[in-house]
Amino acid sequence: MKAKYMSPLTFSTILPDEGLKKAVSIKRSEILAEISASKIKGRGGAGFPTGTKWNLAAAAKDTTKFIVCNADEGEPGTFKDRIILMDHADLVFEGMTIAARAVGSKEGILYLRGEYTYLLSHLETILQKRRDNKLLGDAILGVEGFQFDIRIHMGSGAYICGEETALIESIEGNRGEPRNRPPYPVDTGLKRHPTVVNNVETFAWCACIIGNGAEWFLKHGTAVSTGLKLFSISGDVERPGVYEFPWGITVSEVLEKCGGRNAKAVQIGGASGYCIPRSQFDRKIAYEDISTGGSIIVFGPDRDMLKVAKNFLEFFVEESCGQCTPCRDGNPVILDGIERLEKGTCSITYLNELRALSETMQVASKCGLGQTSTNAFLSILEHFKDECMGRGRE
Amino acid sequence: MLVSENETLKNNIIKWAEELGKDRTILLPLLQRVQKKYSSISPYAMQIIADLLDIHPVEVYSVVSFYSFLNDEPKGRFVIRLCRTISCEMSGRDRIARQLQNELGIAFGETTPDSRFTLEWTNCMGMCDLGPAMMVNDVVFTEMTPEKAHEIVERCRQTFSAFALQNKQEG
Ligand SMILES: Cc1cc2nc3c(=O)[nH]c(=O)nc-3n(C[C@H](O)[C@H](O)[C@H](O)COP(=O)(O)O)c2cc1C
Ligand code: SF4
Ligand code: FES
Repeated sequence: MKAKYMSPLTFSTILPDEGLKKAVSIKRSEILAEISASKIKGRGGAGFPTGTKWNLAAAAKDTTKFIVCNADEGEPGTFKDRIILMDHADLVFEGMTIAARAVGSKEGILYLRGEYTYLLSHLETILQKRRDNKLLGDAILGVEGFQFDIRIHMGSGAYICGEETALIESIEGNRGEPRNRPPYPVDTGLKRHPTVVNNVETFAWCACIIGNGAEWFLKHGTAVSTGLKLFSISGDVERPGVYEFPWGITVSEVLEKCGGRNAKAVQIGGASGYCIPRSQFDRKIAYEDISTGGSIIVFGPDRDMLKVAKNFLEFFVEESCGQCTPCRDGNPVILDGIERLEKGTCSITYLNELRALSETMQVASKCGLGQTSTNAFLSILEHFKDECMGRGRE
Repeated sequence: MLVSENETLKNNIIKWAEELGKDRTILLPLLQRVQKKYSSISPYAMQIIADLLDIHPVEVYSVVSFYSFLNDEPKGRFVIRLCRTISCEMSGRDRIARQLQNELGIAFGETTPDSRFTLEWTNCMGMCDLGPAMMVNDVVFTEMTPEKAHEIVERCRQTFSAFALQNKQEG
């Protein structure tokens, strides 16, 4: 499904398999050094330095290692991976193959969300072409001993499986319940072997970095947040779709590009991200200011922000895996609180209790879902207090 | 009659398991195949799978119950899932929801008496730029309007193959 609107993407200008050809002509340590030098951070949301991750996996002493591409893309408001998989899947597979070369892995898995089943045959065709062209399989590009293949594993409708340890559990045939971290997947991952889990976009950029060099990548972005990033923009804008911007762009610049100038607020980072009011539209989108996996949802002047918070909480109540108490029992309490605010039956004392509960959930939950599920509620409450308080009961 | 149905189910599961390989990691792909072919995963199917993988049937059940696209209760032949998450809510989800309910005469979470349709909510499907979005089985529909909802339901009522074909072209 094509994006409603799409800005030109750098991925379209990249020569096919330039990165992979380069990767087989240099030492493994040089691949790792190049990725580290680019300072690229994970594009899936958490922003962990990819070079560090690959180095740890490369250093692990195990003959079996896995490369896993996270294509579970379930964060509300995110759809850029769908576009990358449709238009630039070769680049993603190339990035995975380079990762395999760098860390010493023979087996790759793309975990594709069930909702993207319609992409499956397209992706299988591309994988087969790559096998036919000696870009996957035995002796890749004629290099003796360079053996790697990729298979696709389908998800079955569970947002939590995007969390890397839940994703691994799911591949292993279990309920998608996150594990305790540490140990991290680079150390103890799939079938307890070292496993690199990266986002779709991360792998695609890594292929570009090896092809064009870290210097090329460093030309864009800020000192901390290097390179370009794909954003998924939806909501009250004239041109919703996928956009490529350098890190460090301000919220108002983004709104200018997509036709959302009169927005009253923007949710950055999806349901687990933060709500930014108009007064802060000069802030930068970057790991050091407002960090995001790329989801930008724009709210026009007439949107009811409490209703927005309610929608997000309904999402988390539904998607919590139920494994730990703060998240399983906390989210419904927050949702009930929002409903009370809606009806105008929430005292300030109770609201303060909800705030305290949110803080407990942030520290006591086992995984990112429970740790971030109240961000939107708290930031909406902070910035749109007048809208949230003293409602209903006419 | 029932015996032979169970017999073919069993044979299918054994055949698929052999294709997939026999360790635990095939559980999800195997369940997905059963789900696709039989539109639910019966206790009998779970027992066969448990025996094959040498695990307890309860463990199979716990996996089936975890994933929203797997179910042990039979559902309609067409499972319609409408996205209820924020971007689709803002682009008119409620109008589509009302229209679907009117067309089918059932509420969300229900199956029509003729077992043809099940209507459900789902969460963000990654089509937020093209909302409101929904799925019918594996097929995704975007930029929904009430008229389109009516047409899709009608097409499902006619024949499945024609319906599937038409969507390939759209996609
Ligand atoms: C609840 C939850 C859902 C997540 N969903 C995704 C997802 O859909 N796609 C993704 O790439 N990362 C997702 N992540 C982040 C992954 O755990 C992991 O950090 C990421 O795949 C690592 O890849 P990266 O470093 O390239 O970003 C999710 C995390 C949490 C806590
Ligand atoms: S925080 Fe929520 S989603 Fe994460 S492990 Fe706990 S219950 Fe599951
Ligand atoms: S909000 Fe409906 S597809 Fe994302």
